[in-house]
Amino acid sequence: MKKNWPLWEVFVRSKNGLEHRHFGSLHAADAEMALENARDVYTRRNEGVSIWVVESKYITASNPADNGELFEPAKDKVYRHPTFYNLPDEVKHM
Amino acid sequence: MEKTALFNYILGIADNNLILGQGLGELCGHGPNLETDIALTNIALDLFGQTRSYYQYAAKLSAIHKTEDDVAYLRKEREYKNVLLVEQPNTHFGYVIARQYLFDVFNYLFVEKLQHSKDETLSAIAKKAIKEVSYHKRFSGDWVKRLGDGTEESNQKMQEAIDGLWQYTNELFEMTEADEIALKAGIGVNLSELKEAYYKEVSEVLKEATLTIPENPYFQKGGKQGIHTEHMGYILADLQYMQRTYPNMTW
Repeated sequence: MKKNWPLWEVFVRSKNGLEHRHFGSLHAADAEMALENARDVYTRRNEGVSIWVVESKYITASNPADNGELFEPAKDKVYRHPTFYNLPDEVKHM
Repeated sequence: MEKTALFNYILGIADNNLILGQGLGELCGHGPNLETDIALTNIALDLFGQTRSYYQYAAKLSAIHKTEDDVAYLRKEREYKNVLLVEQPNTHFGYVIARQYLFDVFNYLFVEKLQHSKDETLSAIAKKAIKEVSYHKRFSGDWVKRLGDGTEESNQKMQEAIDGLWQYTNELFEMTEADEIALKAGIGVNLSELKEAYYKEVSEVLKEATLTIPENPYFQKGGKQGIHTEHMGYILADLQYMQRTYPNMTW
């Protein structure tokens, strides 16, 4: 194939109440085909209840070179995380 | 219903799945791209899954064939009752899609009706299969439209495949002796009743795909009586090699 189909990112909600999570990517000519391909590639073993697809080119990613300014300052500020609470066992998926 | 007739009736359904699945299986690793390759192989696996259930049931009824494997692998060409359509080769992707679509529309209509069979096993298999079969039709139908209404080249190849395979469609609705007996017993599906809905649906999709509906003066048949095209021998050679060479082998 001289020209590849565009790349799509696939997000799957594994069950109701959970958020969509990134599962992987695939090639497809358009959104409809991307959904069908996602069904065949990623959700054939009962992995999900909902699929989102988005063309990869519409995702803006941070540059690893900027990691310092983006992420480093947070590292010594543990108080920004709610880690001092005891979570009851009944609360799942936190 | 008498055992031999029911056995024959089940093979009339199951052999279509087996042979079509085998044809799709040949494409594993050879699909036009990774995603389509996986999709076609998934469809093959769905078909094998369904056919296993049918053969397990058939083996219970047979005095000769003890297991599902015997039924699948150890019959002679004349004893396979699949329609000619499903044994046609993977000439090019257009043919793979056309063969699939022309079968899927029929299979969907058929399985939908088989759910109401008085035979509990057949009805249960059909109820399990209907969602898979419905997806197959969606997949192949979408591809017919994409290729038909795609580029000039894809349109021409899709048309070529439809023209080449159209002559095998009418056989899908032919009622065999086993079909008649099963129908009378309330177990089988009246195939001739599916014909109108089939050609209506297929014609609509072909139209949407900007393809021409072929006008065939005559149709091929014979598969249901075990009279197959020249492609069948090659399919069976591949399919049966392991069991014939190493009898009773298992994984």
